[in-house]
Amino acid sequence: MGAAAQPAPVSAPLDYLLHLADNALVLGQRNAEWCGHGPVLEEDIAMANISLDMIGLARLLYQHAAALKGSGTTEDQLAYFRDAMEFRNYTLLELPHHGPLAGTASANRDYATTIARNFLYSTLMLLVWEALQESMDPQLAAIAAKSLKETRYHVRHSRDWLVRLGDGTAESHGRMQAAIDHLMPYTQEFWTASKAEAQAASCGTGVDVPSLRGDWDAMVDEAFAEASLQRPEAGGYVPRGKEGVHSEHLGYVLSEMQGLARQHPGATW
Amino acid sequence: MSDVKNEWPLWEVFLRSKQGLEHKHCGSLHAADAQQALQMARDVYTRRMEGVSIWVVPSRAITASEPDDKAEFFEPAGDKIYRHPSFYDIPDEVGHM
Repeated sequence: MGAAAQPAPVSAPLDYLLHLADNALVLGQRNAEWCGHGPVLEEDIAMANISLDMIGLARLLYQHAAALKGSGTTEDQLAYFRDAMEFRNYTLLELPHHGPLAGTASANRDYATTIARNFLYSTLMLLVWEALQESMDPQLAAIAAKSLKETRYHVRHSRDWLVRLGDGTAESHGRMQAAIDHLMPYTQEFWTASKAEAQAASCGTGVDVPSLRGDWDAMVDEAFAEASLQRPEAGGYVPRGKEGVHSEHLGYVLSEMQGLARQHPGATW
Repeated sequence: MSDVKNEWPLWEVFLRSKQGLEHKHCGSLHAADAQQALQMARDVYTRRMEGVSIWVVPSRAITASEPDDKAEFFEPAGDKIYRHPSFYDIPDEVGHM
């Protein structure tokens, strides 16, 4: 990029960076619940890798946001010392790894739900990072370029499992279809721009996510067809996690994730 | 739909490092098929940038020598020192060989 001809670099709005960072952190934390409990050893390691990709990405975004916020704000303060209503992640990403009516124990975790969510979200982020490479915020553009490679792998991993389970046995097909039916309505949140998203898109630092819908639909439909899965009808409640209106689940995720930092502020080991 | 099996087949994993010329055996893993074995090998064996190329081979495709055959297979080579090209004078210009 020829620096001379470019307009002065700007920063994306803080709330927009937090939205991207919180998405990565919350899903990274959720997926990390599988660490040591994966269905097989190889998959346990794969899911831990994906978690670490997401948490690493969240760090880059929090560092950027912290510098923008100033007054000595640190990435840890943003990750560990904000409450649920200050988090800007999609509601989809905070849901437990099981369907709507299952219990809360780790024994109820359902890998199909994990895979379905990773697929639906990573497919969106593939398009988002692709577009954000052109962000007017140069730091965000650089983060996008790095994340794009990781996200390509996340899509490959989740899509592969989606097809295997969807097109597998009667049991695996049934569970994958149930996971899709449960999670699909939450993706509606993608397509209504929040204030922060609209602001970021209008100043050229963010991406207009609703405009990615056609591409996302095509990729999702193609994978569903390959996996012999039925796409459920869209409709119903549109979640607003990215505006801070969360489900009851986020509080539990945060209390586990933030507990240590809050009990022992500044602890190192 | 295929039959339900309890165990995935075993695969041997070979990695070529950035500087390496050949793939070296680094371990094994279980996977449902070759593509999945490749992906899992990436996750299990290349997390610390160990490789730039991966081969996976079904373990059952490997025919191995028997430990019991050691005497007739390998020991006869022990006293054939003339098989090592160590009796030549190498000109200095050739350098390290």
